[in-house]
Amino acid sequence: MKPERLVALAFGVSVLSSLALVIVYVAGGDAQLEGLLLGLALGGLGAGVVVWATRLLHEDVAIEERGQLSSEAERSEAAEALDEPDLTRRSMLVRMLIGASGTLAAALAIPALSLGPRPGQSLFRTRWIAGKRLVDLDGNPVRPEQVQAGAVQTVFPEGEVGAADAQTVLLKVDPAALQLPAGREEWAPEGVLGYSKICTHAGCPVGLYRAESHELLCPCHQSTFDVLRGGEPTFGPADRPLPQLPIEVDDQGFLVATGDFSEPVGPGFWNLQSDEGEDQAS
Amino acid sequence: MKVLRWFDERLGVAAMARKGLRKVFPDHWSFLLGEIALFCFVILVATGTFLTLFYRPDSVPVTYQGPYAPLQGQEVSAAYESVMRISFEVRAGLVMRQIHHWAALVFVAAVVVHAMRIFFTGAFRKPRELNWIIGVVLLILALGMGFTGYSLPDDLLSGTGLRIAYSVLISVPFVGPYLAFLAFGGEFPTEGIISRLFVLHVMLLPGIIIAMIGAHLAILARQKHAQFPGGKASESNVVGKPFWPGQAFKSVGLLLLTGAVLSFMGGLIQINPVWDYGPFDATVVSAPAQPDWYIGWLEGALRLFPPFDVTFFGILIPSPFIPGVVVPGIAFGLMTLWPFIEARLTGDHDHHHLLNRPRDVPFRTGIGTAAFLFFLILTIAGGNDVMAIMFNVQVEAVTNVLRIAIFLVPALGGLLAHRISIQLQTAAPLRLGESTRVRRNAQGGFE
Ligand code: FES
Repeated sequence: MKPERLVALAFGVSVLSSLALVIVYVAGGDAQLEGLLLGLALGGLGAGVVVWATRLLHEDVAIEERGQLSSEAERSEAAEALDEPDLTRRSMLVRMLIGASGTLAAALAIPALSLGPRPGQSLFRTRWIAGKRLVDLDGNPVRPEQVQAGAVQTVFPEGEVGAADAQTVLLKVDPAALQLPAGREEWAPEGVLGYSKICTHAGCPVGLYRAESHELLCPCHQSTFDVLRGGEPTFGPADRPLPQLPIEVDDQGFLVATGDFSEPVGPGFWNLQSDEGEDQAS
Repeated sequence: MKVLRWFDERLGVAAMARKGLRKVFPDHWSFLLGEIALFCFVILVATGTFLTLFYRPDSVPVTYQGPYAPLQGQEVSAAYESVMRISFEVRAGLVMRQIHHWAALVFVAAVVVHAMRIFFTGAFRKPRELNWIIGVVLLILALGMGFTGYSLPDDLLSGTGLRIAYSVLISVPFVGPYLAFLAFGGEFPTEGIISRLFVLHVMLLPGIIIAMIGAHLAILARQKHAQFPGGKASESNVVGKPFWPGQAFKSVGLLLLTGAVLSFMGGLIQINPVWDYGPFDATVVSAPAQPDWYIGWLEGALRLFPPFDVTFFGILIPSPFIPGVVVPGIAFGLMTLWPFIEARLTGDHDHHHLLNRPRDVPFRTGIGTAAFLFFLILTIAGGNDVMAIMFNVQVEAVTNVLRIAIFLVPALGGLLAHRISIQLQTAAPLRLGESTRVRRNAQGGFE
């Protein structure tokens, strides 16, 4: 085909597609047709222009001299112009000018602090306190016999459903298989365990449970945690155990927390291991 | 003619116009990569403006009552609801959204490939170091645009990305918790984050990008194009086609064709179906969760890094810190400074307007290949769970293999690229023009 014909054809396709696009839109729209027609409208025009440029424009090679990007003479003249004695002589004032500008900049930057609260204690504590019942997503308290072996369930402190930092996975294992760290012997009534659901790596919800190997698995970067051994990490980038929630059964047979998690929950931060949290919490 | 005269009499633009129209553009396909990136940005601004008119940057809970049956009656955020509305109720909304998302993916890809072209041909050498640095800044801004945009729909997947960003921020020694609380307005998840991301995504970042693109192009015009050796090309001239009409036509054509391809993709290939992911919920995460491709390397770095929470004098360095902050920091730092590092290594401080073929500088080609493979392996690692499913093996096995590969593959690949370059060189030596004063020997040194 002759290039002229080709260009005309491409432009024609473009016009028709644009018209069709309007019709489709008015008729109610359809994402696939719209994309197709818009593509054809743009593509026809584009193809026509490109064919025109490559087949119908006969241009010779042009050569342009680069010329000098900079020159010594210009440089020294500019330096001379910069060198204003009334400025350079008063070095004391110049220094003060710089100092004043810096102070002003700092003062102007301060309102950035309104962007967020100071972390304070919030990273060290959750809403769990001794005596809080464990409730499911609908707010119903949970009995140990309702917890099914092999499955996981998300619970919150009573009255705090949805509190992100308090989310806890509840699961049941054979009490005889438990190897919890010293001091946690009482934390698993009837083999029911509560762990923070927030991965200690980067905070994803640890929602998958491999019952055969007693491991909680984080889908984000595949860290795994051994629930029999106090949430110790067994694979992946997480290095700290999942904090465990101390629980017992209250006199009405419901699960209650006997305190906050064994450690601060979630991703690590520099003073996580300091006793700053405990000091002020008590 | 009349128009030209009107403007010329008021602004004196005729001389400039003449120069501009006659400006010479060297002809090489690889010079189009930067243009594609620019055109993607144009399309992003156009489609993005449309989306902005319907999007609601607000995380207040509302009840979904739109036409998408599975979510009806469910509580979602206003932001998520507005994205659902764009997708199902606003006419041409879905196609605009999908074109916008595809354009973003192609935009970052074009920027990356363009940067690789600049790197492997040595186009960053004096006098173009400044433009290289601006380019690196643009790449970082493009990643920022991608990440903030990706987070706006407030769906389950984007919430996961934000959560990880928060964890990386909080991992910085001493200031991490403060930074994270300032950026997010408190402990994750926070209400205010959506409106902050929105301001970044539609105002601050694009504003800076536009200014940077302006500077990038102004410097390009001032310094004139670099060009490949051969023919009449020399260090002191530019050989090619004048801007008007051929080059102008081709560029407009390329803009239209880029738009055409993105329209086809946006119309025909589904992307980011937020209705499948569901609204954000702090207690749920979808698996396997895959971020957009350009974030994959960061995700992969987090996945490959060993469990390594070290404590120095009671100060915890959490394991996301090194892959999430130190590695990208070093990577972008080295990239920014590369023109100066190379000049220091080679002692070459001359102006260069003639480009290298990759084989001409084996050591640079080797290093670039190694860096590329490093990022490639990290990106692959970002999908280790997908690979595990694909190859039907344990995720642990994939991770362990990649933990070795991340060191081995870049090293071997880099050496191989170095070798191949030398061999190609001896097979087809480049005839160096007279203006080339320095020559490299086979070991990558100088003669
Ligand atoms: S967030 Fe759980 S492994 Fe990274």
